Amino acid sequence: MSLSDTIVQYILSGLTIGSIYALVALGYNIIYNTTGIINFAQGEFLMLGGMFMAACCNIYHLPLPIGALISIGLVVIIGLLIERIAIRPVKDANIVTLIIITIGVSIFIKACAAFVTKDSFTFQSFPGPDYIKVSTATLSVQSLWIMGVACIIMICLSIFFRRTVMGKAMRACSINREAAHIVGIDVDRMSLLSFGLSALMGAVAGIMVTPTTQISWNRGTELGLKGFCAVILGGLGSGPGAILGGISLGLLETFGNIVFSGYKDAIAFSILLIVLYLRPQGIIGRG
Amino acid sequence: MKSQAIRYTVLLAVIIILPFFFKNELSYYLAILSIAGIYAIAVIGLNLLMGYAGQISLGHAAFFAAGAYTSAILTTQFSISPLLSLLPAIMVSGGLAFLIGIPTLKLKEHYLAMATLGIGLIIHAILRANPFDITGGPGGIPNIPPLNFLGLVTDNDITQYYFIWALTFIIFILSNNLVNSRFGRALLAIHKSEVVTNVLGVNTYRCKLKTFVLSAVYAGFAGYLYAHSSPLFYVNPDDVCHFVFSIKLVTMVVVGGMNTMWGALLGAVSLAVLPELLRVLGSFSPSLNTSDLEMALYGIILILVMIFTQSQKIKQALSHLIIKERNAPVV
Repeated sequence: MSLSDTIVQYILSGLTIGSIYALVALGYNIIYNTTGIINFAQGEFLMLGGMFMAACCNIYHLPLPIGALISIGLVVIIGLLIERIAIRPVKDANIVTLIIITIGVSIFIKACAAFVTKDSFTFQSFPGPDYIKVSTATLSVQSLWIMGVACIIMICLSIFFRRTVMGKAMRACSINREAAHIVGIDVDRMSLLSFGLSALMGAVAGIMVTPTTQISWNRGTELGLKGFCAVILGGLGSGPGAILGGISLGLLETFGNIVFSGYKDAIAFSILLIVLYLRPQGIIGRG
Repeated sequence: MKSQAIRYTVLLAVIIILPFFFKNELSYYLAILSIAGIYAIAVIGLNLLMGYAGQISLGHAAFFAAGAYTSAILTTQFSISPLLSLLPAIMVSGGLAFLIGIPTLKLKEHYLAMATLGIGLIIHAILRANPFDITGGPGGIPNIPPLNFLGLVTDNDITQYYFIWALTFIIFILSNNLVNSRFGRALLAIHKSEVVTNVLGVNTYRCKLKTFVLSAVYAGFAGYLYAHSSPLFYVNPDDVCHFVFSIKLVTMVVVGGMNTMWGALLGAVSLAVLPELLRVLGSFSPSLNTSDLEMALYGIILILVMIFTQSQKIKQALSHLIIKERNAPVV
């Protein structure tokens, strides 16, 4: 392979993992915008999505679309339960309290998953030929699925937030929660909805990423944190920022891995720290 | 003031007589109690940050590891005496915190939480990757010498126990004095309202930065003691720098009750003993994985303690109960 082919190849794999980060980042932003909480359990939604999907495919041998629907449904229910049980009773508490609670939720889910199994799982890739040629580089169909699904979800979210009454109500909460309450928006319901929606994003990301990398009980935290790096890189609370942050983080990480191999995980967090130093509001942050 | 002195005396008495309760397997229990003392030092430091300044660090294990590894590397590979490696150890921890604190403490609490979590994972990755062949990779560094302070060598369990707890006791008293000083009151004020504290003439940013660095120094000192203590005399990335260890420290602070130093001490000791209790439980059913159970318990403890101490509804219900009791007829 020539140099340009290698570069194309790296760009493609950077875009693939970047799309996953972008989905996770959007999940963080949905909850943050509606409730002001950074949900440290976001990565666990991803892990649960992948694990449920692996169970559906490997143990119950369900077809992919049905398995995906069931897993997404289960993760959304878990997301809603978290909001009702752990977040609702303390919704007005200070930030440190809320951080501690979501951390508690995160390690509790992780420990439960570890109780069930500590193996890594995967399932068959999504339908289509195995590889597609893009100029001279090869692109796995799973990557294509990941990028395609991420695009569709982003478009749907954008329509939801701009065109529907409920989406507009959630945006109103993010601008000013008290004012939203005064004009008659049920802020508690929006908070519940944001956890459900965010769990959905996490579950989809988990299902998409599993065939490429495998999933196990402890992978959620790592991918969740990378997603958070993407959030900071793009700008906390910004939708386009999450997408841009996710894609750029994916690319930076893939190319950074050539230079600093063996420190792949350190790259994302070093970027996080550098962004906090130089531009804490992120690329498209509101300052 | 007088009651404080009595409490200190009781604590000191408990520390002194505790080893006499264990007739069998004395060294085993002494090792656990020594570790509990080491945790207590780190937890007292983290409590300054969480309970008093109202900030949160989710990567305190990184500072613990910085202290432990610095001293371990200096003493094993450069044959420096443990007494001389103390200063570099706590300086590396404090310096690391200073570098992270400068950008993040200007921002909201989320940022410090995430940045510390990130630094925990970076340090863990670096220690495992074994740069320049000095950290020993995933295997860590074995054969670290025991502490040697001016002829006092902590090479047996009982000396080590008394040495560590003497230090813990001194640090405990100093920290208690610190939080009752002007500085401690400023921190509590920041916790209540940063804006008001700023208006009152306290440089809140510098206060938070000082506290963060100080809490990292505590953790670094605890890590330093850990590296040089029995039965292991050994550090490895998964023991001293794991994410779960950071969460364990946070849970210790939370379980004892934030913003009380006595709570920090109790929290550290009770959770240091918890794995031993779980091991007893695990001996009844061999299939039970006690380390997973421990992690699940941390999660439940964090959620429940926070809900029960912070929920407005529960607070109202409790105050209602207490008032009812007060108004109830005496007979």
